[in-house]
Amino acid sequence: MTVVFYSTAVIAILATLLVVTGRHAVHALLYLVVSLFAVAVLFYLMGAPFAAALEIIIYAGAIMVLFVFVIMMLNLGRADMEQEERWLAPTTWLGPAVLSAVLLGQWLWVLRQGGGGDITGEIVGARELGIALFSQYLLAVEMAGLLLLAALVGAFHLGRKRREDDE
Amino acid sequence: MTTIPLEHALMLAAILFALGVAGVLMRRNIVFVLMSLEIVLNATGLAFVAAGMRWGEPDGQVMFVFVLTLAAAEVTVALALMLQAVKHYGTLDLDILRRMRN
Repeated sequence: MTVVFYSTAVIAILATLLVVTGRHAVHALLYLVVSLFAVAVLFYLMGAPFAAALEIIIYAGAIMVLFVFVIMMLNLGRADMEQEERWLAPTTWLGPAVLSAVLLGQWLWVLRQGGGGDITGEIVGARELGIALFSQYLLAVEMAGLLLLAALVGAFHLGRKRREDDE
Repeated sequence: MTTIPLEHALMLAAILFALGVAGVLMRRNIVFVLMSLEIVLNATGLAFVAAGMRWGEPDGQVMFVFVLTLAAAEVTVALALMLQAVKHYGTLDLDILRRMRN
């Protein structure tokens, strides 16, 4: 379990790094899918198989397919990659990268103190999750439904064809 | 069956989160910024699930489900908005798109 956990963690970090520094949108997207799969494996190892399934079905499935369709509609080509190369000049990325690195260093320093206990990998499956979701978190479920409805209406409004006199 | 320290899972979440934040800050292409936002939300979900599994409770996974919902809602609206903006301005450059009107 330990070997699989750490090797998967390294895969997740490398794939994410390649997403953030990528030039080609489709390649970056595929690396993002790899990263999400790696995180799904980690969920499975930690004893959350239902969360792992959701990660693959919704994140790697639905959301990434949405991205793929949009990138297909944008029709990015070689010119966009060269433009991306110009946009990613060291002057642009150095500041944010250093700031994030400092933040990450502090974060890791705090976490290094330890004392958080161990994850045993005991399985908490869909049954417990469902009971918790529809008893003590029922109001949050309603709110999530409302959020999804708002997103649906918003996406429909933004996506419809505009008439000429609408402008 | 061996165990994993909670800190190591949280460290991984922190690394992914920092990478996502750096991506949001340093990219000018709106597509990559949205992908980095997904990375950030995914890292939060990882932290939630890891913390929930530390105590063997489903609460962490419940929060992960909500993060997932939020990510799905965010990405639909953002991508629809992006398509409209790109159709209108003909560019993916956030420095131009930030003006929103004119």
